[in-house]
Amino acid sequence: MISTLGRFTMALALGIALYGAIVSILGARRRKPALIESGRGAVFAVFGLATFAVLLMEAALVGRDFSIQYVARNASLGTPLLYTVIAMWGALEGSILLWIWILAFMSLLAVVIEGKRNREAMPYATGVLLSISAFFLFLAAFPANPFTAIFPPPADGRGPNPLLQNHPLMAIHPPCLYAGYVGWSVPYAFAMAALMTGRLGEEWIRTVRRWSIVAWGFLTVGVILGGWWSYEVLGWGGYWAWDPVENASLLPWLTGTAFLHSIMIQERRKMLKVWNLALIITTFALTIFGTFLTRSGILSSVHAFSESTIGPLFLAFIGVILLVSFGFLVYRSDGLKAEGDLDSLVSRETAFLMNNLLLLGFAFAVLLGTLFPLISEAVRGVKVSVGEPFFNKVNVPIGLVLIFLMAIGPLIAWRRASLDSLRRNFSLPLLLAFLGTGVSSILGVRGLYPLLAFSLAMFAAATVIQEFARGVRARRQISGEGYLTALSNLTRRSRRRYGGLIVHLGVVLVVIGITASTVFRLEKEVSLKRGESMHLGRYQVRFDDLTAWQEAHRFVVQGTFTVLNANRQVAEMRPSKRFYPSEQQPIGTVDVRSTPREDLYLILSSFTQDGASATLKVLIRPLVMWIWIGGAVMALGALVAIWPDRRVLAAEPVKERVAWQPGRS
Amino acid sequence: MATWKKLIVPIVITPILLLLAYGFKTNPRQVPSPLVGNSAPPFALSSFDGGTTGLEQLRGTAIVLNFWASWCFPACFEEAPALEAAWRAYKDRGVMVLGVDIQDREADAKAFIERFKLSFPNGPDPQGRMSIDYGVYGVPETFFINREGTIHYKHVGALTKQMLQGKIEEML
Repeated sequence: MISTLGRFTMALALGIALYGAIVSILGARRRKPALIESGRGAVFAVFGLATFAVLLMEAALVGRDFSIQYVARNASLGTPLLYTVIAMWGALEGSILLWIWILAFMSLLAVVIEGKRNREAMPYATGVLLSISAFFLFLAAFPANPFTAIFPPPADGRGPNPLLQNHPLMAIHPPCLYAGYVGWSVPYAFAMAALMTGRLGEEWIRTVRRWSIVAWGFLTVGVILGGWWSYEVLGWGGYWAWDPVENASLLPWLTGTAFLHSIMIQERRKMLKVWNLALIITTFALTIFGTFLTRSGILSSVHAFSESTIGPLFLAFIGVILLVSFGFLVYRSDGLKAEGDLDSLVSRETAFLMNNLLLLGFAFAVLLGTLFPLISEAVRGVKVSVGEPFFNKVNVPIGLVLIFLMAIGPLIAWRRASLDSLRRNFSLPLLLAFLGTGVSSILGVRGLYPLLAFSLAMFAAATVIQEFARGVRARRQISGEGYLTALSNLTRRSRRRYGGLIVHLGVVLVVIGITASTVFRLEKEVSLKRGESMHLGRYQVRFDDLTAWQEAHRFVVQGTFTVLNANRQVAEMRPSKRFYPSEQQPIGTVDVRSTPREDLYLILSSFTQDGASATLKVLIRPLVMWIWIGGAVMALGALVAIWPDRRVLAAEPVKERVAWQPGRS
Repeated sequence: MATWKKLIVPIVITPILLLLAYGFKTNPRQVPSPLVGNSAPPFALSSFDGGTTGLEQLRGTAIVLNFWASWCFPACFEEAPALEAAWRAYKDRGVMVLGVDIQDREADAKAFIERFKLSFPNGPDPQGRMSIDYGVYGVPETFFINREGTIHYKHVGALTKQMLQGKIEEML
């Protein structure tokens, strides 16, 4: 029943998406409002059908309907409810369904919010969005159908991959990441609409600004949550391994970040028109590329879904996107001449240009490292793997220069900065940075890169805080507001600017967290008998007990360890190993004690059958928590930047009425 | 518009697409087994129905040695009928099909054999000795051992009828 209904829904949605894509563009070209309206209706219909399909899938999962192959493979009678619900994005077919739903939702929002403001571009953008939907619906209707039936149905299912039912972060990391990927479809659609209509001015930039920040914010949160999940679940004490799929999520983030900055130059100075279009096309193509990597099985990765036949389809889709989009760009290139010019090397434009080049260089290095195993095998027939050393060697210096630019960019003047303004803006932060370097070197930081990382982070933080402090002081002097009122009014007056500065502060926290947790990490692996202790850093860890029990869907062996700091008990920690019937390897579950100062990370490596001794790996990673906090601050900054402005919202309908009744103005 | 501008798009994009397309031909997870081309490690298998067999006794026979488990859904479920069919087709031509059930409960394993009506010898690998000797990484894995006792080919993942037939024919 569910199977038939589900397959019918997917096929119907595919048909409507295709129809809507065609009539939207046809209607726009021939100026037929009825067709355009029909295309708009298709967006609503696709969203309705996608929602219905998601509900059907959840009903099948929660109802443990094992006659659906996807349910049989990804749910089981013993799986807890939460992990059954989120099993929808635990494997290929379901994750495509989630993708479809998010895309349908974003398309709906785009049509509703932008429809009135962009009468000319909207039908084209609708056509592009529905075409993207149609591709994913095609996958879901044919090669990766989530509603495929299985006969006879098994009595119990296999259950989700144990790694995916081990931590609640799994509930939010994939949807955030997908929203981050899918979100770029909207800016891309408006960019394509601009290319199709030939209205290549700044209108499309103004339209996509907010959408890009939304996509960027979700992508940021998705990437950071991915690191956090890996840290909490995979049990190796790290959060980033330059795995192909991690890289695939970083690539659109890098180009998207470049885009967010370079559109500011176009808005201000009417420069970089081709560049911005190329950036948004690249960013969108990279989001599809990331999906392609996870699902095609062409590179070895911890994230790879089971191999499937959809790889070639994805590749064809990427090919079409690149050829059509860049084809349009070349076709329109004559209308994309810059109207402004670079006035001085010491200006915000230059800082942004450098930032763009470095972000792109960073992205290129990541792409090259990711694809190098493939290149090597194709050209020389040799299997190689590219690991952390390559990525760190290339990307750390680029990252450091980027932090420097991040610090000076927002404070340097447009066009041409005077020596005086430079002195006024940067002398205090520079002083603080030098002080910070001194302090970190006294605290034991050694090496050029770590020292540079800390001092640049300090420099960047100081510029941001100085900027806020100056703004608050100015408001207080004029209006006599309190500190907090002044701060909130200041931010509200110029959300994009101050939102952006908050994001920069978040980046600083992430950089500090990464540097400290890498440079000052301690680790030790020892075998302990019951009652024995080991020492690491300030901590003493005592092995107390080992217990084992059977749960509904797994067998658990857990060690109990008492953690002492200066002979005072600070925690009792319980790392465990979980044995799932369907897996050969037990899944280690780490126990992490997080404090703002440092994380204590316990991994139960092995134990003797009688429970008399256990091998324990202990890691101390300072300031790790600040990476997650930094991520939250970045998301907060993005939220501030996109928060709707009441004044603008109230003003808009009026503007439109005036436009339609010219006699009144 | 200059011609070079028109050409630049396909010139830049095509190699990237070709490279990614090449990726479909490769299998990044495939690490060649060092056992292929060398003599098969000796083994002794006591089957669930009481018989015993081993590499020594089977010298001169081509062996299809399949590692499986009853919990290995769907791959083991998919290949079981193919193995049974190959056994029936080739048992009179000097080919032995052996199933090694690893990390499993006996009752589940017997139910699996019953479900697919497997008639070739199947036995457990109690201490995991065979899995270790053969470097079994997951299930299903299948070793094709020729008449001289040399490992001819190793296959990871579910087998198909065509593949079984092809590899067996190569050994005969």
